[in-house]
Amino acid sequence: MAEAKDKKKRNEFLYFAFRNNKLKVGISIVLFFLVLAAVGALFTKHDPEAFVGPLSDPPSSEFWFGTTVFGQDVFAQFVAGVRATFIVGALGGGLATLIGMLVGFVAGYRGGMVDESLNVLTNIVLVIPTFALLLIISAYFEVRGLILESVFIGLTSWPWAARAIRSQTLSLRSREFVDLARMSGMKPLRIIFTEIAPNMMSYLVMAFILQFGGAILIAATLDFIGLGPTTGFSLGIMMQYAVLWGALPLGTWWWFVPPGAAIAAIVGALYFMNVGLDELFNPKLRET
Amino acid sequence: MRRYFGRKLLIYLVTFFLAVTIDWLIPRLTPGDPIQNMLARAALNANAAETMYTYYTHAFRLDLPIWQQYLNFWNALFHGDLGISTYLFPTPVADVIKDAVPYDIFLLLPAILLSWWAGNKFGAFAARTKRLDNTALPIAYLLTATPYMWLGILLAWLFGIILGWFPIAGAYSYTMGTELSWTFVGSVLHHWFLPFASLFIIFFGGWAIGMRNMIIYELEADYSHYLEALGAPRKLIRKYAFRNAILPQITGLALQLGVIVAGALVTEVVFSYPGIGYLILAAIQNQDYFLVQGCFLFIIMGVLLANFLIDIAYVIVDPRTRKGMVGE
Amino acid sequence: MSLRVEDLTVYYQTLRGDVRALESTTFSIADGEIMGLAGESGCGKTTLANGLILLVPPMRHVGGRVLLDDRELPIADVEAMNRFRFKEISVIPQYAMNAMNPTRKVGRMAAELLRSRRIDPKRTLPELEKRLDLVELNRSVLKMYPIEMSGGMKQRMVMVLSTLMDPSLLLADEITSALDVSTQKAVAKMLVDFRDREIVKSIIVITHDMSILYQIADSILIMYAGQLAEKGPTETIIHSPRHPYTKLLITSLPKVGVKHDATRLTGIPGKPPLLLDPPEGCRFRERCPAAFERCRDVPPFVEIEPGHFVACWRETESNA
Repeated sequence: MAEAKDKKKRNEFLYFAFRNNKLKVGISIVLFFLVLAAVGALFTKHDPEAFVGPLSDPPSSEFWFGTTVFGQDVFAQFVAGVRATFIVGALGGGLATLIGMLVGFVAGYRGGMVDESLNVLTNIVLVIPTFALLLIISAYFEVRGLILESVFIGLTSWPWAARAIRSQTLSLRSREFVDLARMSGMKPLRIIFTEIAPNMMSYLVMAFILQFGGAILIAATLDFIGLGPTTGFSLGIMMQYAVLWGALPLGTWWWFVPPGAAIAAIVGALYFMNVGLDELFNPKLRET
Repeated sequence: MRRYFGRKLLIYLVTFFLAVTIDWLIPRLTPGDPIQNMLARAALNANAAETMYTYYTHAFRLDLPIWQQYLNFWNALFHGDLGISTYLFPTPVADVIKDAVPYDIFLLLPAILLSWWAGNKFGAFAARTKRLDNTALPIAYLLTATPYMWLGILLAWLFGIILGWFPIAGAYSYTMGTELSWTFVGSVLHHWFLPFASLFIIFFGGWAIGMRNMIIYELEADYSHYLEALGAPRKLIRKYAFRNAILPQITGLALQLGVIVAGALVTEVVFSYPGIGYLILAAIQNQDYFLVQGCFLFIIMGVLLANFLIDIAYVIVDPRTRKGMVGE
Repeated sequence: MSLRVEDLTVYYQTLRGDVRALESTTFSIADGEIMGLAGESGCGKTTLANGLILLVPPMRHVGGRVLLDDRELPIADVEAMNRFRFKEISVIPQYAMNAMNPTRKVGRMAAELLRSRRIDPKRTLPELEKRLDLVELNRSVLKMYPIEMSGGMKQRMVMVLSTLMDPSLLLADEITSALDVSTQKAVAKMLVDFRDREIVKSIIVITHDMSILYQIADSILIMYAGQLAEKGPTETIIHSPRHPYTKLLITSLPKVGVKHDATRLTGIPGKPPLLLDPPEGCRFRERCPAAFERCRDVPPFVEIEPGHFVACWRETESNA
């Protein structure tokens, strides 16, 4: 009987999901870039680092996004960059959400001294200027990879998620159905999994999406000032090189316009998706 | 109320202590020797280099045991002495920072204040009608999703290179020295505009979205419905909604103001603007312990102070926080 | 004053279609009458109240009209209704505890409200203070923020505010639900007091708590799933109801002095229908022990004896 009810709820959910425009637009844009990242390499004839063409050439049928000042294929770099962007977003955002989830959940659910000490921890991480910290740590590691960058972003951007999840846990904890479960003698862990978690799911998904987008933006900035990965390409690195090697005075806009535009599109689509999801999960916001 | 602030103060002090310790530790954990670096630039022969090395290591008290260096650090801190920069030797760190900070404030203060005011007004305005909301909101979201440096680059390219209306580097024309004249002021403003505009645009989107969400939340609150049921005009309901919605925005504003001291690193890189952010980058690249420490410290103190001020401001401005403490 | 509701039909617009929350309701209230409006959650009580005073989206006026003192109220026109709100028809909402702006002192909010309605707060102040005395609120309450007040205080404050302009009709929506029993009695008595002093002329008391109605209501209107079931004098409804739903409702109430090993508490088996796609005819028929084929048509709200209306084919057929 409970399964039938759940199935009905799921169907109703999908029904609204398909009708929500913001969600549709957002997901399609993200999917487009995801596919590009995954299979785009099949369409690029050249290696991103190879010097294959005339210097600073505008877009043409041979080089869809033109060439850099060194004669590299901008499109090939672009595809590699999009891939890196997704990796950082997923890893960095995922890690941040995970830590935020643990800290926020435990703090909100246990309360008391546990809550207080976790709050102090959160405050400290919030207050330390992560940028400055990152600058210094990057100086320590002479060779840096994408993973390191993602881990660092994950380790420093979780306080926001922790705070949000904590307040959500607090409000859910005092709801009647949890009290009921507690009174009927359910073990705390079971309560968490069967009563609180499903209600939090929607919140967690939205938090993850926000962290994903945020991680992408932070990574782009880090890459731009030269503190990103030391090898490989990312959209931020492309912009860094472009500015460093005079794309501005030379007017080779095809080198710096696509990377930033792609980031704006992906992150914007993610935010849009989030608004759509919010409407989905909170029926009150649905437009009549 | 005293307990509330007492507890907050304690937390801030603990955070300050921990942050300062970390600040002191980090440069010491990075590879590279600042004295070596400084001397490398002086191109001395091996013997002279060695003597100078011992001399300077001693002068900078880097030959003392670690714990003593730590205590000296705190001691110097309370005297306002942040050490001497090795990168810009022999200028004291405090002076270097002092020269850079005005540029950050000049750039960021108007950008933050104006974008806050304009963004909030716009967000409240967009919340009025559905159609306006549907067109304005996506734009605002796109703005916050835009990577800041890309916007900066686009502005520099469009208005600096293509149209040639503004310069794209420096705080004032390289041909001038700092002086109090109209041409100088004009040059400063001329160089200031693009970085200012880029910051303004980016911040604007965030405030607009936040305000719009807050206003909608307030317009759907019970007290709004009650006023409606009693026939109050839309103006009164909107006035109450705005006044309540702006409270969390004030917190946000204070937070942003607090981080002014951190400078706008990327802006300064894109536009070669001599603020603290630029300074930190240079300090790290040149492995200047003391400058890095000093800047970092300066930023930490600013952030802590701002946070504390927010807490005070909120108590003054929101009666719920004030009265809620009675129950503590 | 007299209130006549004729054939009022209000639906809620949702993505999945119209929720038929109020279907062809017709009844009237006499001058000075306190009518209780009772029924299960979701039966349409609050929709009726909102339909009378604040018919805004997602609610939609589908048909019918409302006449206050023989003048038709423009309930579907949000702007036009403003003339009547607060001054002729007013409401103590279900959410009275949160009805006041949390960041404004109560007195200041009241003054701003009055001024916005072109009423001079200074001239109203003496009357306001008299009303505060009536509900046993200290005058210093005007200088307080809502968060400083207890639930009962806020309820009474909203009572005073809503009735400040001596409206002809007052809608009191679940005003005792969030209070403890002794405060409930006090508040209910204040309501009657307001009517007796002619501060308000007639009151519709919306509640699911029959015991309050028994104490203060002159008549009771029972609703079920958006339709009217029965209306009559309080005594009649409580002691000799005619509609099957009312009968089951009354018998399911716990009675004082009755021990439960002697008589078990009976509920009404089943659930009210979803109003997105309600059954045709009488919406109670699926749970009704007395249902028959005639019930597939909507039973009219018929006056079977003076002042006593029932919407049930069993009752009206046998009387025909």
